[in-house]
Amino acid sequence: MMVRLLLFIALTGLAACGDREQIAEGPRSYQGKPDSAPWNEGDRATWEAAIKARQLAQHEYKRIEQ
Amino acid sequence: MARMKFLCDAERCIECNGCVTACKNENEVPWGVNRRRVVTINDGVMGAEKSISVACMHCSDAPCMAVCPVDCFYRTDDGVVLHDKDLCIGCGYCFYACPFGAPQFPQAGAFGQRGKMDKCTFCAGGPENDQSAAEFKKYGRNRLSEGKLPACAEMCSTKALLGGDGDVIADIYRDRVVRRGKGSEVWGWGTAYGQGRAGAQAPAKGATR
Repeated sequence: MMVRLLLFIALTGLAACGDREQIAEGPRSYQGKPDSAPWNEGDRATWEAAIKARQLAQHEYKRIEQ
Repeated sequence: MARMKFLCDAERCIECNGCVTACKNENEVPWGVNRRRVVTINDGVMGAEKSISVACMHCSDAPCMAVCPVDCFYRTDDGVVLHDKDLCIGCGYCFYACPFGAPQFPQAGAFGQRGKMDKCTFCAGGPENDQSAAEFKKYGRNRLSEGKLPACAEMCSTKALLGGDGDVIADIYRDRVVRRGKGSEVWGWGTAYGQGRAGAQAPAKGATR
């Protein structure tokens, strides 16, 4: 009787292991209109140089020392 | 390739709200919508009170992108998180997911009906033609395509708010911390740009040409 009971508990306990994870996953991607890169109207190198100069201008210690 | 980020130096922010005003003016943001705002923490606690300017941080692993049921978010090659207002259904999921409270919803009609989500675009517009009237109307100015940084960061009088490539602004901040010898905490930086979860959503393919 005891063995049967233990076997029953073990089997029902293992049954939970068959549960699949129910987290929604899968390939998701942007569904809207494509956007253009900011330098599309001109030269990428020029744009990057302009942005870099603006970024470095935020460093007032360097600006003062220059 | 630059990875555009914001960094707010709490040691320098004087709560002038210049960034908020610059954003409002530059993008002609309607009443009731605040793409950027200044938050004060430890208010009234002597020596511990700090102010930080908060907006969309353009997270590396943006939770808004993960929860959007219509997949209207995309990340540009520069790391700016933008969205297509033509697709947005105003469900508000992104608002609940965002740790910074960045998504804003205009009250579009009666009974508290929400309009399409509006948020900081890093002054990079949206998926309309660059610098077009349609882009300005929906998303505001596209300063990035003009070779400029966001108006909030450029208008900051104490240069507390830094915007630009993560490496560059982190270098500027590091230099400041070394010189002043204190205040190395960067609020929200870890939340926005920290380690993403395993299997995080990749940047949208075809979002940018």
